[in-house]
Amino acid sequence: MDDARQPLIEIAGVSKHFGEGEARVDALRDIGLTVRRGEVVALLGPSGSGKTTLLNVIGCIIAPTVGRVTLDGELVYDNRALRGDLRRLRLDKIGFIFQFHNLLPFLNACDNVALVLTLAGRSSAEAQERAVELLDYLEVGHRKDAMPALLSGGEAQRVAIARALANSPRIILADEPTAALDSKRAGIVMDLLRKLAAEQDACIVAVTHDEKIYDRFDRLFHLRDGVLEDQEEEVS
Amino acid sequence: MNLAYRDVRHNLFRFVLTCLGLSLLMAVVLAMIGIYNGLVADALNIVKAPQADLWVVESGTQGPFAEASKIPGSTRDAVARLHGVAEAGSITYQTVEARHAGDTLRLYVIGYEPGRPGGPQAIAEGRGITQTHFELVADRQTGLVVGDRIRLGRNSFAVVGLVEDTMNSGGDPAAFITLVDAQTLQSQLAPPAQRVQTARGAGLLESADTVAAVIARLEPAADPQGVATTVRQWKHLGALTQAEQEAILIGSVVDRAKRQIGLFLGILLTVSAVVIALIIYTMTMEKLKQIATLKLIGAPDRTIVSLIVQQSLALGMVGWSFGLILILLVKDYFPRRVVLEPVNAAALGGIIIVVCIVASGLGVRAALKVDPATAIGG
Repeated sequence: MDDARQPLIEIAGVSKHFGEGEARVDALRDIGLTVRRGEVVALLGPSGSGKTTLLNVIGCIIAPTVGRVTLDGELVYDNRALRGDLRRLRLDKIGFIFQFHNLLPFLNACDNVALVLTLAGRSSAEAQERAVELLDYLEVGHRKDAMPALLSGGEAQRVAIARALANSPRIILADEPTAALDSKRAGIVMDLLRKLAAEQDACIVAVTHDEKIYDRFDRLFHLRDGVLEDQEEEVS
Repeated sequence: MNLAYRDVRHNLFRFVLTCLGLSLLMAVVLAMIGIYNGLVADALNIVKAPQADLWVVESGTQGPFAEASKIPGSTRDAVARLHGVAEAGSITYQTVEARHAGDTLRLYVIGYEPGRPGGPQAIAEGRGITQTHFELVADRQTGLVVGDRIRLGRNSFAVVGLVEDTMNSGGDPAAFITLVDAQTLQSQLAPPAQRVQTARGAGLLESADTVAAVIARLEPAADPQGVATTVRQWKHLGALTQAEQEAILIGSVVDRAKRQIGLFLGILLTVSAVVIALIIYTMTMEKLKQIATLKLIGAPDRTIVSLIVQQSLALGMVGWSFGLILILLVKDYFPRRVVLEPVNAAALGGIIIVVCIVASGLGVRAALKVDPATAIGG
């Protein structure tokens, strides 16, 4: 297989249900999905369709009831059997971008980014240096000392992206990354994410309802009632 | 990167305000400890003040503090002649209310023989009593100053000296006068009452030369129990060693008050523990979303545990420190003596550390149960 097209996310036969008996809810049913390096894909679907559950399974936050999940070549779940340290996997291989950025309010922009690096074992000086580099790259370096409450929506989302990218993860998961932004800024953020995915050989999986940015994705996956419809739709 | 410190710094005003509230609670706890100590110390001070080895009292009583005791004044000579006794002195105790500067002053009047055991230990200001009559040395708590005059009974006394920390178990400050004056004060009636008593024929055979106790200091080699046994051979006298006298005072005179304050102190400590636990639990609950984010980005449990425990300890220690400073600043304004020993403050500090760690356990439990998925989805 061409190395550039190597899959980073491989999901096969994944189902997830919550509760038992009459209270049982099937959140995901027999999902199969592959996302390759450099790809930027979207999970679409109405509320309750299972998008966030799928994102949580890929993000090693919840375990599937059945199925196999392989991330960057590492088998994580095999029919519910856990195959790895999930916290370490999240720290090393996955970057999260949230709808409301979720920056820690008591750390300034630079420290929010540096925190991830220090958790990964980098020295404080190294972490600060890399954090400043990332913030400069995302054009918010001038706001590195600002507390999150003083950042604009766009600035906060850029800092959140910097945090997600800090450990150079191979998989970036984004939950409504542009929901809090106007259409112009949403386009800018998506273009930035595409650029970063290409540069870092990473893939991006985003949950979104924002039709204006559909054209920024390589593929769109539609979910309905926990089932992946039509498998995928290529965006030209 | 210390997350606990950053969080405190970010919410500094709120943290300081919480610490201030906690410090008031700590100050109350320390005040209760101090009052408890003060009660015991005051009770013991009055017994320890004469630096006696032996207390000779009326037979069958546990006087002169737990019960009234009345023995002939001549007992002192008999006790002084006993083998092993270095010196002895007669002493009387009575509580008197006197008017001074428009206020009613409640005094614990101690009559003693100048030059013999029973007088004030150390004069803080002025001088000791040198004249046979109408001189007085008072505790500073009375508010009297050297040169003041105060009327006790039918006589006016000049304040010639001041002492410190000498009061009875009820908190009444002491006033030392000569034994002769004290006996007069004890027996002298108002003229109409005296006339009635004389008409009844009462008091004609009674001697005014009675004292509450005779205190004795023993030779270094003398055995207090041996001398006490000798004294008890006189059937009209009883004898208590200094240790026995202190045990009686603690065990009977101040026991109920001591237990009452001790119980209240226990309740206060329990309330403090609950308040600290609630504050820490609430602080943690308010941070659940941040904790979920930390978990999601890969923070290990120890990072989250140390965030909560460090904040909890900081809260407890700052509250304790402020409380200690506060009580040290105001303790002298309390009506009763507040005695705080370093060991009391250290013990409370230790208790607070344990309470904070236990209380943070509740928060830690809640934090570790947080699902990282909480951070996703607004």
